[in-house]
Amino acid sequence: MAVDAIILHPTDNVATAVQDLQSGQKATVRLGRDLQYIELAENIPYGHKFSLRSISQGENILKYGEVIGRATRVIAAGCHAHVQNIESLRGRGDLQKEEN
Amino acid sequence: MEFMGYRRQDGTVGTRNYVGILSAVVCVNEVVEAIASKVQGAVRFTHHQGCCQTPLDIGRVNHALIGLGRNPNLHSVIIVSLGCESTNLEEVIKEIRASGKRVEHLVVQEIGGAARTTAQGILLTQEMVRDASLQQREKFPISELVMGMKCGSSDTTSGLVPNPAIGVASDLLVEAGGTSILGEVTEFIGAEHILARHAANEQVAQGIFDLVDRMEKRAMAVGEDIRGGQPTGGNIKGGLTTIEEKSLGAIAKAGSAPIQAVYEYGERPCVKGLVVMDSPGREPEILTGLAAAGCNVIVFATGRGAPQGFPFVPVLKITGSRTAAEKMSDHIDMNLSAVIDGGDTIPDAGQRVLEELIRIASGAMTKAEISGYTNSMDIYMLGPVI
Repeated sequence: MAVDAIILHPTDNVATAVQDLQSGQKATVRLGRDLQYIELAENIPYGHKFSLRSISQGENILKYGEVIGRATRVIAAGCHAHVQNIESLRGRGDLQKEEN
Repeated sequence: MEFMGYRRQDGTVGTRNYVGILSAVVCVNEVVEAIASKVQGAVRFTHHQGCCQTPLDIGRVNHALIGLGRNPNLHSVIIVSLGCESTNLEEVIKEIRASGKRVEHLVVQEIGGAARTTAQGILLTQEMVRDASLQQREKFPISELVMGMKCGSSDTTSGLVPNPAIGVASDLLVEAGGTSILGEVTEFIGAEHILARHAANEQVAQGIFDLVDRMEKRAMAVGEDIRGGQPTGGNIKGGLTTIEEKSLGAIAKAGSAPIQAVYEYGERPCVKGLVVMDSPGREPEILTGLAAAGCNVIVFATGRGAPQGFPFVPVLKITGSRTAAEKMSDHIDMNLSAVIDGGDTIPDAGQRVLEELIRIASGAMTKAEISGYTNSMDIYMLGPVI
C-alpha cells in the first residue's frame, strides 16, 4: 500500500511527505515496517515535512535522529514544518554580526 | 568485476580517450573552444582564472591544470596560453609530461592572434586524435576506478534514495579495492560528527572537523545567514529546511566504509578506499576538483533534476524522484524511485548503480555526454580577483 509520508528515525518529531497531502487528510506514515496515522492541519507539498506532535518554540527539530534546526514558534501537530517555523543553528553569519 | 579501459603510462586507467585542449587563462577560452569544436575526439577545459589573483589562487590554478592534464581520461594534452598570464606554465607542462603524456603548448601572442593559433591548433589536434584513436580498450579490475560522488539540485528524496544508493555503490567499489571521493564540504555542516565516526583514525577525524570549520567560517564571514545560499532556493522549494538537514542527506553518499584520508581541492589520493576532498557544493568547481583528483567516473544524485556534466569525465545521473525522472528524462540516467514506493530496496538499487557505472566506464555513454551538456567546469578559488 502506498504511504503518504516517511519517518526516518524513532526519535524524529517530523515526517517527510512522499505525496502531495491535503489539510484534514489522515496521512498514513511509515516508520520502518510500522504504520501510524496523523491528521494534517495544513496542505503539505511532496517532499516537505510536517510535525508528528506539538513542538514548542525553541525545541530541536529531529530528522534522521539528528538535530536539523530549532522551532522559531510553536508548531502544532500535523502542521507544515519548514523555513517559516524552523531556523538553522549553523552557518549563521547573521547572528555573529548581531553579537559584534 | 572488470571494465574495459585505456592504459596510461603512469599506471592509471582511463574510461575515455580524448585529446584535451586546456585553457591556461580566462583570456584564451575563445581559442580553446574554437579548436575543440572543429575536431572530433577532442575536448576542451575552459575556466575564469589564471590572472590578477593572489599567489595562493594562482597556485591553485597551476595544481588544478596539472591534475586535469594528468587525468587518465585524456590521452594527450594541448595547453593554450595568451603569453602574459600568471599561470606557471613551465611547471604545469613539466608535471603533466612526467605522467608520460604528450603535451603541446600554443601561445597566442607568439603565434600571432586567435585565427592563426586556432588554425595551427586544429591541425595539431587532428594529428593527436589520430594517435589517440589507435589505442584499444583493455580489461582492468574495477579497483582501477576512481569514483567521484556528488549530489545536486537536491530535494528531500535525495537523502532518502539516491544518496544512500551511492553509499552502497561506494562500499561495494571500496570492497573491490577501488577508490571513491566525497567532496561538498559545505554539505558536511551539521553532519560532520557522523562522518568523523567513520574516520580510519584520529587524524582523519580531526581533518574532517577542520575542513568543515574552515568552510563554515568562510560562509559566515559575509555576516549573513547561510540559508538561501545553502540550502539553495531550489532545495527549500523541494522541502529542505536547513543546511543540517541537507547535510544529513548528503553524507549518506559516504556509505559505511572507513574514511582513509582528507585531501585538499583537486589533490590526487595516494591511498585506495573512501577519501574526503575539500570542495564547495557548486557543480563547476566540484566536478573540476574531482576530475583534477583523477576521477575516471562520477556519480551524481539529484532530486529536482540536475543536467550538468563535465567535458571528459562521464557523469552518471541518478534520482529517487519519479517526477524528476519523468520531466528531466533527457538528463537522468537512472530512476530509483521504486525504493520510495517499497518496490525496490537501497542495497539492490546501489548494486545496480555500480553495475551501470561499470558499463559507463567501459564506454557506454551518459545522457550528459550524449546531449553534450558538459560545460560545468571552473576552478575553485579562495581569494578575490584583484
